[in-house]
Amino acid sequence: MTITKDDLIDFVYDEVRMLDEGRYDDWLNLWTEDGIYWMPLDWKQKDEINETSLMYEDQFMLRLRVERLTGARTFSQKPKSRCHHVIQRPYVDKIDNDAGAFLVTTQMHYVETRLDDQFLLALTAQHELVLKDDALKIARKRVDILNCDAAFGNIQLLP
Amino acid sequence: MTTYRTKQDIEALVTPFQVHRDVYTSDEVYRLEMKHLFANSWVFVGHDSQTPNKGDYYTTQIGDQPVIQVRHSGGEVKVLHNRCPHKGTKIAIDRTGNTGKFFRCPYHAWSFKTDGCLLAIPLKKGYEGTGLDQTENGKGMKSVGAVMNYRGFIFARLAEEGIGFEEYFGESLSSFDNMIDRSPAGKLVVAGQPLRYMHRCNWKMLVENQTDTCHPMVAHESSAGTAVKIWEEMEQPEGAPKPPAMQIIAPFMSPYEFFEDMGIRTWPNGHGHTGVSHSIHSDYSEIPGYFEKMSEAYGEEKAKQILGENRHNTVYFPNIMIKGPIQQLRNFIPLGPDKTLVESWIYRLVDAPDELVARTAMYNRMINAPTSIVGHDDLEMYERAQEGLMSDGLQWVNIQRLYKEDEDLDTQAEENGTTERQMRNQFHAWTKFMTMSLPSEDALEAAE
Ligand code: FES
Ligand SMILES: [Fe+2]
Repeated sequence: MTITKDDLIDFVYDEVRMLDEGRYDDWLNLWTEDGIYWMPLDWKQKDEINETSLMYEDQFMLRLRVERLTGARTFSQKPKSRCHHVIQRPYVDKIDNDAGAFLVTTQMHYVETRLDDQFLLALTAQHELVLKDDALKIARKRVDILNCDAAFGNIQLLP
Repeated sequence: MTTYRTKQDIEALVTPFQVHRDVYTSDEVYRLEMKHLFANSWVFVGHDSQTPNKGDYYTTQIGDQPVIQVRHSGGEVKVLHNRCPHKGTKIAIDRTGNTGKFFRCPYHAWSFKTDGCLLAIPLKKGYEGTGLDQTENGKGMKSVGAVMNYRGFIFARLAEEGIGFEEYFGESLSSFDNMIDRSPAGKLVVAGQPLRYMHRCNWKMLVENQTDTCHPMVAHESSAGTAVKIWEEMEQPEGAPKPPAMQIIAPFMSPYEFFEDMGIRTWPNGHGHTGVSHSIHSDYSEIPGYFEKMSEAYGEEKAKQILGENRHNTVYFPNIMIKGPIQQLRNFIPLGPDKTLVESWIYRLVDAPDELVARTAMYNRMINAPTSIVGHDDLEMYERAQEGLMSDGLQWVNIQRLYKEDEDLDTQAEENGTTERQMRNQFHAWTKFMTMSLPSEDALEAAE
């Protein structure tokens, strides 16, 4: 199986659609077992381990995050938040079918709302994708927030 | 309309076990806090390692006062009001930087030494014979009232006169000592950027929550409880250690007895801590090589003693909390009666293995980030409280748990870990430092 540029672009579109529609089980299935979601705190942050990040989550943490959203006593989700991604056509930075490794960078606007509040984040998402059993999976997703050094209120869903 | 003017007006807002809701909602009370409470007490500014070299500066605020922490040419750290004595322009705007040997105001280029003293004014002859040198503004940038560098942690008192640092903190400094002693070199260095988390609630709600041991198993059931549930569902190999994330989050679900037994200690002037005997930080797995380093530095017995202390949250009145066992400091910066910026800083232990700061960074992002599933529910509680307090149905907030008549908050005490004594202790200190520089009713009447 050969991955094309379109396959990679579609993958990113499909992923944000799952997030916007709250199809989290499908979304968790997009990841490799040791896939990591990283959201740096510092602009151009290099060290994700020994400095604070906004998120640095493995599959256990992502599953926890997603399961919590539907819990009976998840007070900050009463009422629930909604989110919305508007994405630019992804840049395909690397297609290496021999190694089964791919890199895609996407600029996007992320909107989250709850009650009377709504906020907008400008994001750059970088997907490291790999081919596992003929399916593309996320090995690593890095999400940089344009104003990462600003003070935020709750960001409750997944940018 | 001015409701709160005198010592007596403020004293009436706090009873031994109740606090009037205006303390959290009134703009007037908030302004008095900025003017009196934050001026009379010792407030955290920053860490030494944020300004390591001469001319390095860091901008922050003490209450609502913009200040600069700067490394002076003599090597010591100064804290100056961030305001040009000419027309008021803020001298430094970026959060950190290096100013070289002097500050230069970007508006008309008055310049100042890094201790604030006036250095030069362009076209100075325009001031000849005007008497500028007789004014306070003519001297340069104003320093705060007093500065103390306690083992790397910089505190300031805005007021010129007032309580000394040692008297203000007293025995409570033992928590700072324990945090710093956990470095084999006895030294901490700031690690990375702080989390900055905006809260639409009064700053004191956050401070109170630091020793609120009856909320974790309730408010955090959705995160910690779900974590425990998922972990149990996953098939674990026999005797497998819990991963660091579980070690961090699972203890939030500990039963009431755990928190009752851990104990609370309070000190005079509003300071206190949870976790006298143990805490949610007690059962973290050992980091290879760390104890050896500590033993080399301190001897085995002292090392054991330092690491055996597992205080949970230590509140330094008025507005910071530290976690000694994981080298975290949270600064609750008031921005308005219903607005608080929370900065969560972490520090690296000099000469200790990196795994320690990695665990601390994990704690910080898991528990205290705007993206944290634990933080989300805390913020939800504070904001609901801020909105609920607008109700005229009741006027008072209750902090009566394990209250005993004639409670003496001016002496150190150790009590059941679920007591709200530390909250009462904070309000006892609140009244003390608020009213210290307020006129009494009689004095005000006589003046009018
Ligand atoms: S305002 Fe600073 S020099 Fe004029
Ligand atoms: Fe909490």
